[in-house]
Amino acid sequence: MKLPNFEYVAPSTPAEVVKVLAENRGGAKIIAGGQSLLPTMAFRLAQPSILVDVRKLQGLDTIVIDSAGVLLGARTRWCDIESNAQLAKAHPLLVEAIRHVAHYQVRNRGTVGGSLAHADPASEMPCIAATCEAELRVLGPSGERRIKAADFFQGPLTTALAEDELILDVRLPVWPAARRWAFGEFARRPGDFALAGIAVFYDVDGEQRARNAHIGVAGACYYSRRLPETERALNGQRVDSEIARAVAAVAEQEADPTGDFHASAEYRKALVATLLERALVAAASRSA
Amino acid sequence: MNITLELNGKSVEVDVPARTTLADCIRHHLMQTGTHVGCEHGVCGACTVIVNGEAVRSCLMLAVQAEGSKVTTVEGLTPPEGLSPLQKCFREHHALQCGFCTPGFLTTTHALLTREPNATEERIRHVLSGNLCRCTGYIPIIEAVCAARSAYGGQAAAVKATK
Amino acid sequence: MRGALRLRRTGRCGESDKVTSVGEAYVGRPVERIEDLRLLTGKGCYVDDLSIPGMLHAAILRSSVAHGRLVSVDASRALEMPGVCAVITGADIANGLNGAIPRIPMRQEALPELERFEQPVIANGKVRYVGEPIAVVVADDAARAEDALDAIVVDIETLPATGDSAAAERGDALLYEEAGTNCALTLSAVRGNADAAFATAPYTRRERFRVHRHTALPMETRGLLAEWNAISGKLRVLGASKVPFPNRRVLAAHLKLRVEDVEMLEGDTGGAFGVRGEFYPEDFLIPYAAKRIGRPVKWIEDRREHLIATNHAREAECELELACDLDGRILALRGHARTDVGAYLRTNGLTPSRNIAQVSTGPYRIPHVLFSVSAMLTSKTPVGTYRGPGRFETDFFRERLFDLVAADLNIDRVEFRRRNLVREHEIPWALPVVHPFGGETSTDSGNYEAALDRCLGEFDWIGKAKMNGKLVDGRYHGVGIGCYIEGGASGPRESARLVLETDGTVSVYTGSSSVGQGLETVLTQIAADALGMPMSCIRGVFHGSTTGVKEGFGSYSSRSVVMGGSAVVGTAKKLLAEVKDAAARHFGCEREQIGITGTHVVGPGEKVLTIAEFARNYGPFSAEDSFSSNKRTYSYGTHAAHVAVDPRTGEIEVIDYVAVEDVGRIINPHTLHGQTLGAIVQGLGGVLLEHLVYSEDGQLLTGSLADYLMPSATEFPSIRVFALEDYPSPNNPLGAKGAGEGGIIPVGGVIANAVAAALRPLGVEPRELPLSPPRIWQLIKEQA
Repeated sequence: MKLPNFEYVAPSTPAEVVKVLAENRGGAKIIAGGQSLLPTMAFRLAQPSILVDVRKLQGLDTIVIDSAGVLLGARTRWCDIESNAQLAKAHPLLVEAIRHVAHYQVRNRGTVGGSLAHADPASEMPCIAATCEAELRVLGPSGERRIKAADFFQGPLTTALAEDELILDVRLPVWPAARRWAFGEFARRPGDFALAGIAVFYDVDGEQRARNAHIGVAGACYYSRRLPETERALNGQRVDSEIARAVAAVAEQEADPTGDFHASAEYRKALVATLLERALVAAASRSA
Repeated sequence: MNITLELNGKSVEVDVPARTTLADCIRHHLMQTGTHVGCEHGVCGACTVIVNGEAVRSCLMLAVQAEGSKVTTVEGLTPPEGLSPLQKCFREHHALQCGFCTPGFLTTTHALLTREPNATEERIRHVLSGNLCRCTGYIPIIEAVCAARSAYGGQAAAVKATK
Repeated sequence: MRGALRLRRTGRCGESDKVTSVGEAYVGRPVERIEDLRLLTGKGCYVDDLSIPGMLHAAILRSSVAHGRLVSVDASRALEMPGVCAVITGADIANGLNGAIPRIPMRQEALPELERFEQPVIANGKVRYVGEPIAVVVADDAARAEDALDAIVVDIETLPATGDSAAAERGDALLYEEAGTNCALTLSAVRGNADAAFATAPYTRRERFRVHRHTALPMETRGLLAEWNAISGKLRVLGASKVPFPNRRVLAAHLKLRVEDVEMLEGDTGGAFGVRGEFYPEDFLIPYAAKRIGRPVKWIEDRREHLIATNHAREAECELELACDLDGRILALRGHARTDVGAYLRTNGLTPSRNIAQVSTGPYRIPHVLFSVSAMLTSKTPVGTYRGPGRFETDFFRERLFDLVAADLNIDRVEFRRRNLVREHEIPWALPVVHPFGGETSTDSGNYEAALDRCLGEFDWIGKAKMNGKLVDGRYHGVGIGCYIEGGASGPRESARLVLETDGTVSVYTGSSSVGQGLETVLTQIAADALGMPMSCIRGVFHGSTTGVKEGFGSYSSRSVVMGGSAVVGTAKKLLAEVKDAAARHFGCEREQIGITGTHVVGPGEKVLTIAEFARNYGPFSAEDSFSSNKRTYSYGTHAAHVAVDPRTGEIEVIDYVAVEDVGRIINPHTLHGQTLGAIVQGLGGVLLEHLVYSEDGQLLTGSLADYLMPSATEFPSIRVFALEDYPSPNNPLGAKGAGEGGIIPVGGVIANAVAAALRPLGVEPRELPLSPPRIWQLIKEQA
């Protein structure tokens, strides 16, 4: 499973990266950590003619926490998120979800930008981005633009990113301390792709009723997205085990997983329900 | 592509095709065959080496991406004579049989314990879940790594008994 | 040191002087492994670590079609690609060998009528499974060889694939038109008159069970480095394993070379578990390429290739019936199984089928047996032996049925087993004879009930059984138990050669192969004790290579300690006799007046020399001998497990797993424990995680390690193993029994029975493996 032939460049600036992508329309592929790209090339499922390595780009690997929320540079690695002490408070849902990504060695190389661009519906980062209404900043030949997560993920392994665009960073909105949240995932072994995963958060009003519910799916969806009907069912409710079960039943209907030989669509839908039910109970018991 | 890096403390220079993985570069161009290749798609962990202090899957890294880096392989974890404390723990606990996955376990463990000498058994298990072994059933490996903690400045608390 | 080690000898061995001639300085001790010194430091020597100047690299073009007529292979574009030296096709091979493409002969269970199902070394006229070799590209590096594969144009007229055993039986598509059937053979194990017993039995029960396709997956894939020396006319093959001597004979015959002109060399091996080392197409193709081209050729299997090219295993379905009296005493066992053996019969492709029939009775007293097994040819990768071949499957079928029967008869399932276990005084106990192969085998020694009781105690069966069917924190709990026997030490013989070198060290050459099991250390212990010398005087154990001994048989069926070790014991005696004879001559006395201590040769009067001095002056000395036995050994034991099942997700956690085994004699408790633990975890992986999944048209869907799931460090943290040596084998001077496979044999039945016990409130009775979460969830849903 040796890699196919390719040309290799490692530009020093984002503008240079974009230039190479534009000049080789369709034939060039960005390589960051390579943890998703290289396996597909080892199986010769992808055979880009040029690899454009972003390892020399300065400044795209920082984490900034401020009043606008959390800004993750595209080259931020999973281990960087794990080791950032402030993040656990600033965005506990992100940190908890990222704990489930792959394995120790992969976490030292895999990046936020790479994961978003790859857009595997089973991955945690796209799920968090979709759930939290993240906004990506990308650079193309005609300059920068911002893409909302809901517009970014369009299908399995398919995004709104053009062939000549580079992700610079992603912003997650500010996270109130009193927020209720939970993340749950079901995988065959730790680090495996989720057969189903749920990210949920909601705020509570003065009477402990849920509002502003956001529920996102990993693994049991056509692409990374929220479940708006399920969110509507949750909003206005005081969460207890009965409500959790009822809301989970809505999610089971709303989820649109693709079945395969690992697990049928029906099973994945049932997992969504189980995970959401358990997540809501956990979220409700999480006091501020 | 001309690549300069530091391998096990020594500066080396190689000229390899861009598509050469770090694993193949180390094994076949730098002739250090202690690092093994088990799957070439980033699952088994046999190819794990340490790059700038971090454990990575060398089959999922291009050799050129290691330009200017400090790379440590199992050979670099071995003293001029005998065995390191970590290697001794593996031997004492019979934590290897065919030995094919072993270099990957040693590098991963060394990277982990260097940063987290007091890693709990649960943490150790979780970190090592990225390294596959087909011979030992893992329990002796976990015992060996727990015992090795004291060599890294941690406390070698006894593994909960599975005997 | 692990486990409980009981060194009590019962004195049941036939020839007590042979036993006491092996001292106990090392045998029985947890000696640290010699191999570790190089394997821990990155100095192991696996075949891909080797390099010969001028060597080329091979890549194999494999069929992507499951069944079809091979019309043409056009390599012209591939030959033009950079770095490509040659492309070898079936036509080239046939031309080179006077018209015929050789086939790979069966090594076990061979019969003339099966030859038509043997695999040709390269696709010949037809392709019969996805992965079948069609051409070999040889280039100056591995990547360029792989690049050239895509440039070869292959024209295949697709034929319908045979997706599974049922399709094979229907025979809509025949893999071998001339055979007129997709059934390669039906064999049967027979004892007494099962039909008559069933006709009059007070109680019978019939069930269907299924075990899925999975396999060994050693961490090192296969590989070969072949070198032809045109001047000496010798072919050297590196990367040999398991059975180098039989493979040498096959290769020499196919290449029309003399056996002495072919060398198979064995280095370090990254695990075998039965699948590495058998003669595969590549074992011909790569040496052939080296000889044709005149340059060394290396081939390293990649993991994707490994999943479709290296032997598959285990897939079998079975209809099984038990007849009992109302006290639960088994009267008869009757069964019919279909094994899915893939597209060809490989070297040991029928061994699992044979074992399913023969070991169906396990350690139990079943007077009447009729168990037939039909080996069905399908459009899949061919099968071979994988640790505990056929035994894992048959034990699952049997132990699962036992629990169902015990429940019917309202008898405690432990009591049911106890009533039917063969007793100590009944051993040797004959296993059923398998037709058409014949041959008798009997268990050699043991006390199955003692192992059962030990397991019940260590596991705390009485305490844990209270959990059966209980829902705790959202999960159902259950326990299961199973008893097994492990057949080891198959004959006919094994050889050793010991050389006392002129520096006083001893070299040990063995026909046994090292596959990672610690052979070097174990044989060093045995040799040192047999010679009465310190281990440090053993220069090395040189294993497997055909250059070491005149005749070897190899490592399979857990035979290295018994056969290889016993050969070392006998040869050591012979070597000491040689030294004594020489000392008698040089000291001018009778042989009986010579004594050899661990360090000195002592004659009458003041005549004393260190062994090193003696060897320097009068040596070297060499002895070669073999140990013959056609009596197998039978380790045995009992396993028990406690599981918890999440009914919402179907996930199963193995909370505790206890194994008790009696292996006759423990040579090294460390390596034994490691073998058993590793085997258990492979078994648990097989039951809960691993699955080779095919589409109906013969495409392997689980094509990577992300799809074929193996146990990692987190899945099975709680396994306890207790090794006993209360019942040595009378069949060899060590009293040892083969013990490398026992750990895997009962796992299927034990876990499935525990899951059934857990889910009894939901009425779920698993009858098929694997027990993956989606399948458990489905069973629960179907019952609701």
